[in-house]
Order: sequence, then C-alpha cells, then structure tokens
Amino acid sequence: MADRRSSSSSAAPPLFGLVLAGGRSTRMGRDKAALTYADGTPQLERAMRLLAPHVARAFVSVRSDQADDPVRARFAQIRDRQENLGPIAGLLAAQAQHPEVAWLVLACDLPLLDERTLAHLLESRAPERAATAYRSSHDGEPEPLCAIYEPASREALAAYVAAGRQCPRQFLTESDTLLLDEPNPRALDNVNTPQEYGSVMSLMNPQSSGAPRQQPSGEVKRLTVQYYALLREQAGRREEALESGARTPRELYAELSRRYPFSLGPEMLRVAINSEFGDWSTPLADGDAVVFIPPVAGG
Amino acid sequence: MFRFTRTAIEPEPLRGELADPACGGYASFEGWVRDSSDGERVRRLEYEAFEALAVREGERILGEAMARFGVAHAACVHRLGDLAVGELAVWVGVSSPHRAEAFEACRYIIDEVKHRLPIWKKEHYAGGDSGWVNCERCAAPAAHEAEAPAAQTHGHAHRHGR
Repeated sequence: MADRRSSSSSAAPPLFGLVLAGGRSTRMGRDKAALTYADGTPQLERAMRLLAPHVARAFVSVRSDQADDPVRARFAQIRDRQENLGPIAGLLAAQAQHPEVAWLVLACDLPLLDERTLAHLLESRAPERAATAYRSSHDGEPEPLCAIYEPASREALAAYVAAGRQCPRQFLTESDTLLLDEPNPRALDNVNTPQEYGSVMSLMNPQSSGAPRQQPSGEVKRLTVQYYALLREQAGRREEALESGARTPRELYAELSRRYPFSLGPEMLRVAINSEFGDWSTPLADGDAVVFIPPVAGG
Repeated sequence: MFRFTRTAIEPEPLRGELADPACGGYASFEGWVRDSSDGERVRRLEYEAFEALAVREGERILGEAMARFGVAHAACVHRLGDLAVGELAVWVGVSSPHRAEAFEACRYIIDEVKHRLPIWKKEHYAGGDSGWVNCERCAAPAAHEAEAPAAQTHGHAHRHGR
C-alpha cells in the first residue's frame, strides 16, 4: 500500500475533526449532545458520524468533568485546558495538542446540518488561508462552528485568547477567512432552547408532532421501502414511496412479491421498521420506513 | 466507535485512538478479501450495508463486548463499495488492561458483526459470474472460526438472524 506520508510538501495539512460538546446546555436545560430527533441518534453521535468519513481522526471536545459521561466517553476526546472560555477553548486545546493539522470544527447542536453543506465546505477549503467558513444566512457574519481552521490560525488564536477575547466569530472576521455562501440556508441553524428544539423537531418529522400514529385498520398508508443487495437488484430500485393497505410487514412483503421477482421467501428475511429491527407482525403506521433484510454476510 | 468507510481502512490511526496508559494489551482483527470462495476464483467483492441500522447495531455489539469482557476501548470499521483481492474489508481493535480479555472481546465483536449487521457481500468471479453470499451462493465455512484472532481471511457462517 502506498505511503501517504510521502506526498509532496505542497499538500494541504491533514484534516482532523473536532465536535464541540463541552457546553453547559444552560438554556436547553438538558445536555444538547444527548438530544435526539426522529432517528433516535444522540446529536453528538450524529455529528461524529457526519464528520468521520472526511477526516483522518475525529475527536470530541469536552470539559474535564465531562470525560466519563457515557455519551462522550465512547469517542476519542480532547479536554479543554482553560475554563469558561466557551467553544473557543475546544479549538484552542485541539490546536495545542495537534498543532500541525487543520481542524474541521462542528458544533453538536446543528440538527439540520447535511452532507451537502459539509461537502461544499470541504471542497472549497483554502489551505493557504487561516480558515474556511460559511457566511451566516441570517446575518452575513462568519459561522465559526462549522468551519475549517488551518494550522496557520493557531498562533493568532492563542494570541487572541491571551488578549482576553473569546468570540470565535469575531476571530474569523479579523482573520484571513474564506467565506462561503450556504448551499442550504437552514443547515447551520443551531438549537439552544426547548422552543428551538420543538420547532426543528416538527420540521424534521411533521407526523410526530401532530396527530397520533394511525392505527392499523387495512386503511391505505404511505410507506417507504428501501431495498438492499439481492432485493435491490430484483426490485430494480433502491427505494420507493408507496401507498399500501398492508397491515403488517408480512402483508407488505406478500404484496411486493406479486410485483417483483423476489427469490427469497420471508423465512429467509428479517424486517426493520424505521431503522430498527422489527417483527413480521408489527402493525405498520402511516409514514413508516420498512426494510426487508436478506441473509447478511459482513466481515 | 463503529463506522463505515468507502475508502481504504488505515489501521494505524485507528489503533492510535485506542491507546490508553491504563491498557497493557491491544488486539486487532483484520478481515481481508480472499481470492477464492467455495472453490471459485474471486476477482473482487462488493459490500453494501443498511447503514443506519448497521451502525446502531454495531455500536450495541461494541458496548456488549466492553460490558461482557471488561475491556477499556473497542472499535470497528467496515469497508463498503468495491474491494480488490487483498484489501482490508473489516478492522476490529480492542485495548484493555490485560491481553486475555482483549483477544476474547475482539473475537466476539467480529463474530457478532458477521452475524448481526445488515451488511451484504457480492462476489465477482473470474468467469464473469457473480452472486450475493448467503442469498444466492453458499459461502464456504469460515476457515478462521477455530483459530485465534489475527490477520485472517474472511469467512462466512450460514446462520442468519437471531
């Protein structure tokens, strides 16, 4: 295998990732890193997952008294070295620990942050500048908590903090920062209060905030079905939205088997509903996402 | 941490993330793409996963291994997409105060990953034919099932589900 370290000296510094989860969540009244939305994934974990494929190493930024917290303890951590500085303390500690790399910094309270926004930031990265960041769609100022900080910003940041300042936004404004327009204007909306949480929740998952789940009655439901591996090939598609009167996954698979040349009987398959293992006789509800799982072969 | 990657797995940085002064032992397992399966020449493999569920279940497996064997850190990375013979398909790493638990936890994780995670493998054969393992093709019994965790070939069991 080729040795990546032998690449030319003009290459951009390697990129490490840092998810900031050292806040006190005072306004929220509960830990923002552990908040979940429709898919049940804690926000910290979601942010780490978004980040991980793009960076050589990923860390969570924590205060020292949070290090053993179960939500945070599963990840490689970088502990703040200074207290009461806010988010800038995380970046400062990360740059002190790995001064030679660039840092992709993400807040853990950006539930609408999408792959596209992250990909655009990475594609636009300017390693010769101090930082690459988005211009807020709300006020035109830099968004410091979804941004790339090059090693060139390290000394300036340390001096900035040493001078008693701690606003990362202002730091970017005063630095040589490449500012980008957001491809999705809501992607960087952060969630600090229970009200904001509620509004994002209903935006992401309209049916959960309104009427209770429809009871199974053979009535027509809107369902999503995703197909993988052999079933994907036999259905000729990865996913479809359909309306069905099926009351259970068993009835749904029978219905789909009349439409597609599935070679696997239900006894060969397992079922997942809304990304969790389910049962063939679980009642289906409007809006459910169903996956039929063929025999697995990982490893 | 359990995750998927579509680019080559680099074990060295992953190993670094498990470093801990309280740990005296580290064990890892690497699953490699083998050039034969059930007597057929394999040219390449294709991995696909139902990622949302697989990541969740993968995290559960790591949690179980840590609770069950008392190891300090456990991680697993699984490759997706097209793989050539010899490439690293899956990596498991465990660090713990003592070696015995590290070996056991590592073994537990790879076995559970193979049996529980919604990951599928399509083998492409020298003759141009291809097939989804365990769906269209019966995979050969796993060669490593009786061996210690170390760099090894991939293998499959017929068991499906729980």
